[in-house]
Amino acid sequence: MEQLRIRWFQWAAPQSFYPIAGRWWPFFAALAAGLALVGLYLGFFVAPTDFQQGEGYRIIFVHVPASWMSMVIYLAMAFWAFLGFTFNTRLSGMMTQALAPTGAMFTFLSLWTGALWGKPMWGTWWVWDARLTSELILFFLYMGYIALTSAIDDPRRADRAGGLLALVGAVNVPIIYFSVKWWNTLHQGASVSVTKGSSMAQTMLWAMLLMALAFWAYSIAMALYRVRSIILQRERHARWVQEVVA
Amino acid sequence: MIWESWDAFWAMGGYGLYVWGSYAVVLVCIVVEMVLARAGQQASLQTVRELSEQETAHDASP
Repeated sequence: MEQLRIRWFQWAAPQSFYPIAGRWWPFFAALAAGLALVGLYLGFFVAPTDFQQGEGYRIIFVHVPASWMSMVIYLAMAFWAFLGFTFNTRLSGMMTQALAPTGAMFTFLSLWTGALWGKPMWGTWWVWDARLTSELILFFLYMGYIALTSAIDDPRRADRAGGLLALVGAVNVPIIYFSVKWWNTLHQGASVSVTKGSSMAQTMLWAMLLMALAFWAYSIAMALYRVRSIILQRERHARWVQEVVA
Repeated sequence: MIWESWDAFWAMGGYGLYVWGSYAVVLVCIVVEMVLARAGQQASLQTVRELSEQETAHDASP
């Protein structure tokens, strides 16, 4: 146990994590590409036409995975921020920062694909219902985190301020998830639920799950790739960094 | 193959603009993010290289 704990902290040192991240990001990137190819094939060439929404429903294969990732990445940021406050490890803040742009991107994509789905199905690009509004707040939280951390010059202070925002803002994530249950929303309820299983056709479900896994792998690849830049930037005076580029 | 023709595929039963408008923006975002991340890594490497040259120059001076 004691030994395991020591090893965890060793991996958490930026110096040891830099090569680990470098070894793993290509693996996750390749995994993302492979999963996306199979997912898109299933989604566009195998999954049947929806009896209510025709072919328009095929937006689901990016909309739902992007929305899931927008929430998962924020929770991951809150998790790293929590570790940062608890153990005061330098890597935590770097990981929180490495995740933010990808999370913001998926939140934007969730809103964008949602608007393009809402227009033909509801007749409007946007409504101020609980689901859409709370997702928009999530986008502002990501933007706030990015603006806040880039405005503070001292990286450790930026980590603490950003970490606090990540932790407090995480309250919004369950609000987004349960909004369709708690309030009367124009947005439909969950098609896939942990407790009730799925209400979708098998091939549709598989295509969506594969795309979700693809986005998941992509997010990990991007976070690992980006954390390397952050490590180099912050540890630039350290001898090992000088040796890496030499 | 569930599509009668490629035209039918691109038309998406009349929802083409919405479906392809979604997928195109997803693709653009992912490509832009990868390009930006790569630029960020290059910039970080450049910073470290310049710093390392400065320090070597500093060490060499008496």
